[in-house]
Amino acid sequence: MTWGVVVFPGANCDRDCAHVLRAVLGADVVEVWHADRALDGIDALVLPGGFSYGDYLRSGAVAATAAIMPALRAFAAAGGPVLGICNGFQILTEARLLPGVLMRNRSLRFRCHPVWVRVESVATPFTAGLRAGEVLQMPIAHGEGAYLAPPETLDALAAAGRIVFRYCDARGRVVPAANPNGSAAAIAGVANAAGNVVGLMPHPERASEALLGSSDGRRLFESAAAWVASRRPAASGAAR
Amino acid sequence: MPTVRITVMLKPGVLDAPGQAVRAGLHALGYPVETARVGKVIELAVPDALRAQVDEMCERFLANPLIEAWTVEEREAVR
Repeated sequence: MTWGVVVFPGANCDRDCAHVLRAVLGADVVEVWHADRALDGIDALVLPGGFSYGDYLRSGAVAATAAIMPALRAFAAAGGPVLGICNGFQILTEARLLPGVLMRNRSLRFRCHPVWVRVESVATPFTAGLRAGEVLQMPIAHGEGAYLAPPETLDALAAAGRIVFRYCDARGRVVPAANPNGSAAAIAGVANAAGNVVGLMPHPERASEALLGSSDGRRLFESAAAWVASRRPAASGAAR
Repeated sequence: MPTVRITVMLKPGVLDAPGQAVRAGLHALGYPVETARVGKVIELAVPDALRAQVDEMCERFLANPLIEAWTVEEREAVR
């Protein structure tokens, strides 16, 4: 299993992601430079958090024009698992690979603390190994994480099961007090129509070792690894 | 070379949190303005051959059409 971690100028969670994938999961990791144009040999891709291009223009907007993006679009179109974390989520929405937009937190404050999210969909590589309705703890660290989309888009996402995570309290109740940024419908993560591209604001890579207070986030990476492994025989054409 | 000035503003109805913060700051200084809206100004020196594509640039990149609207005005060349 080989993961790719795309490194944009101003990313600051790329090494954390590579550490978790390499040292905790024991996977191979390729750091993919934003100016690269190919993703050969990559099984799953992470767009890490940070402040790509200084958040100039809009968070994620400039990264969405990077040289690697055509290869990333092709990888996603072919069904490859792509996980955008925080700024990576913003990049995926700006690239229009995911619907909606991440706006300034309603509080106007940068929010940096653990949150709880409820798994709303297990129809993605990153949640296939989880149970719908279970509650995960992961930290957030963002100033622009308020998810917004037109009402008809929100309805369509909900109807299609494309809302992947919702902010909730420790008991899994989606209540206003548990929504850290004013996201519509308490959305913390969404998927594309095919389910293989997922973006979320919380940081699973910062919750992948018990030492850091939670290892819930690791399960997203483990889920995708199992998902990739389960598809290998089919990919090689073996009939069984 | 012709210069265009593009003004990008949040669409009506989209919460303008920075605008609200600016309004609150002005109120704190004793200026009770009714509203404040915060947007962006982008100036481009555009070759004639590209002038017709300025709207496309806004739609694809300079603005996010989900939440932002833009206006384009012709300017004198900026030095």
